[in-house]
Amino acid sequence: MSTSGKQTNPKIRPFWPPLVAGIALGLVLLLTFALSGHGLGASGAATDLVAGVGLQVAPEAIKANGYLGPMVADGSPMGSWLSWEIVGVAIGALAGAFMAGRFRVQLDGARSVGTPKRLITTLAGGFLSGFGARIAGGCTSSMGLSGAAALGVSAFVFLALFFATGLLVSRLVKGV
Amino acid sequence: MFPLNDNGMISGLLCGVLFGYVLENAGLGSPVKLSAQFKLTDWAVLKVMFTAIVVAAIGLWLMRVGGLLKPDSIAVPQAALAGAAVGGALVGAGFAVGGYCPGTSVAGLFSGRLDALVFVGGVVLGTIGFAAFYGAALKSLKAAWLIAEGDTFTDAYAIPEPVMLGILGLALIAVFYFGSWFERRGSGTITAQQAVEGAR
Repeated sequence: MSTSGKQTNPKIRPFWPPLVAGIALGLVLLLTFALSGHGLGASGAATDLVAGVGLQVAPEAIKANGYLGPMVADGSPMGSWLSWEIVGVAIGALAGAFMAGRFRVQLDGARSVGTPKRLITTLAGGFLSGFGARIAGGCTSSMGLSGAAALGVSAFVFLALFFATGLLVSRLVKGV
Repeated sequence: MFPLNDNGMISGLLCGVLFGYVLENAGLGSPVKLSAQFKLTDWAVLKVMFTAIVVAAIGLWLMRVGGLLKPDSIAVPQAALAGAAVGGALVGAGFAVGGYCPGTSVAGLFSGRLDALVFVGGVVLGTIGFAAFYGAALKSLKAAWLIAEGDTFTDAYAIPEPVMLGILGLALIAVFYFGSWFERRGSGTITAQQAVEGAR
């Protein structure tokens, strides 16, 4: 096995078992629904960022855009609930990684595919993800996780295509 | 009576901190562990997601039955199935190629991963690309295959909520059963040590 012969670093604490992590995530999601009336999200914060920064840099182009224009009609969307939530995700992940000895600055995935290819795969993956999330109206967090917990039909369509395409593409492209 | 509909800064920060803390502790900030789901060697993504979906769905149902949650007060994504299908496929492809999705890339970045920063940059570029190409074609794609009857299985297909929860519970058992079977056959799940120090 790949783990045999590897020295163990006692400072790196193990991940939570999936069942424990899943129950914790489910309770966080339930709390989010009870507090805010909607679920967790992520990709929408990128939309807020693009609209908010765009409004400062090129206000006319943003206001004239068919997608972003209606969003900024009532002022800048930065500072929305979702933007604060993503700031929270950053703080929470940082705390989790530090407390368990798992914080390490690295270009992850470069070990197996090399640095130039890793930079291309992660940029391309991000682009596909950002573009796709806007078509679906959400990403794995809002459409997949939160939408499924709310028993939304589109969430299960999203998840089915997410996993089918991911399985297929991971056989064609080695990105990590 | 819930929901409180609190969309302020504290509510957002609180939910986000807990979300990020759990994601990182589940190992879902590691692109090696995340992409191992599609290699079928580590089923943490599906196991964690399905457990969370079932826990939250049962919790919402209990709150509604117990009179703590107003009926029809929770946001449900619109049942526009074409957009959900195409968007889901693209997010899945991006996950396979890049090793993250938008939320997990933030968890990856703040556990020190610089490739996750590039992924976040890609998400922003993808968003700009979508806005730039937004026109009749994308608009009609987002509106296609819309279920008019409603957005939930209960409203769209008249499937009672307890039946849906039962189906989800069975799916969860199947994910753990088959996932663990695949994990035993593969090269082992990605440990924290491997995720941080690299093993393959």
